[in-house]
Amino acid sequence: MVPLPYYLLLSGILFACGVAGFLIKRNIITIFMSIELMLNGVNLSFVAFAAQWQALSGQVFVFFVMVVAAAEAAVGLAIIIAVYRTRATLNVDKVDLLKL
Amino acid sequence: MLHLVLFLVFGLICVAGAVNLLLQSHPINSALSLVVVMGSLAVEYLLLGAEFVAAVQVIVYAGAVMVLFVFVIMLLNAGAEEHSKGSIIALALGVPGMLVAAILIAWVLVTHSGVHSVALGALLGHPRDIAQLLFHDFLLPFEVTSILVLIAIMGSVVLASRPEAIEHSKKEG
Repeated sequence: MVPLPYYLLLSGILFACGVAGFLIKRNIITIFMSIELMLNGVNLSFVAFAAQWQALSGQVFVFFVMVVAAAEAAVGLAIIIAVYRTRATLNVDKVDLLKL
Repeated sequence: MLHLVLFLVFGLICVAGAVNLLLQSHPINSALSLVVVMGSLAVEYLLLGAEFVAAVQVIVYAGAVMVLFVFVIMLLNAGAEEHSKGSIIALALGVPGMLVAAILIAWVLVTHSGVHSVALGALLGHPRDIAQLLFHDFLLPFEVTSILVLIAIMGSVVLASRPEAIEHSKKEG
C-alpha cells in the first residue's frame, strides 16, 4: 500500500523539475526535453488517480497524451532543425529576431 | 511493504534522473537521463497496475521519442550549452520559481488530501479492458488522433526538408 499523495508528490517534483529546466536551460533541445518531463509528470498523476478511483478511462487519457506528445515531438524537432538551418545556433538567446 | 520499497527506489531514481537533466550541460547527457526518468516511470505505472500504459511508455516514450531526440542531437552536432547574460537571469529567476512551485504542490498535497492509499492489484489495466474503452467509448477521439498524427507527419516532413528541395520538386511536377 502506497499512499496516493506519494505518487502525486513524485509527479509534482517531476513537473517542477520540468518547469525549472524550461526556465534555466538555454539549449533549445534541452528546453524541449523539459517539456516532455512535464508531460510525464502529469501522466503519472493521471495513472495514480485512475488507480485511486478505479476508473480505467484515466489510463486511456494517458494514451492520448502520449500520442499528442509524440506528434508534438516530431513537429517540434523539425522546427528545431529548420531554426538551426536558418540561424546556425541552438541557443535560444541568439534567436532574437522579434526583439527590438 | 515490497510495493512501498519498490516505489521509493524507483521514485528516487526518477527524481535523480530529472535533477541530472537540469545539471548536465551537454544535451546528450540530458537526453540519456530523460531515458532513465521514463524507464523508472514505467515501473511506477506497473506498480499502479497500469500494464498497458507501462508498455506504451517504454515503446513510445523511451523508445521512439527519445530516439528522435538523440537523432536530432547527433544530426545538429549539438555541443555543450553556451552561457550568456540571459542564462544568469534565467538561473536567478528559474531556481526560486521551481522551489516555489515544488513547495506549493507539496503544501496543497499535505493539507488538502486525505489518507488514501493505492493498493497493489486493486485495478489492473488489462489491455483487453483498455481496448474495450479505446475502441468503443473513446472511438471518435481515437480516430481524431490518427488524423492528428498524419498532419504531424506531413508537417514535420515539410518543416525539416530544405526549401530548395521543395522548389525542385515543384519544377519536376
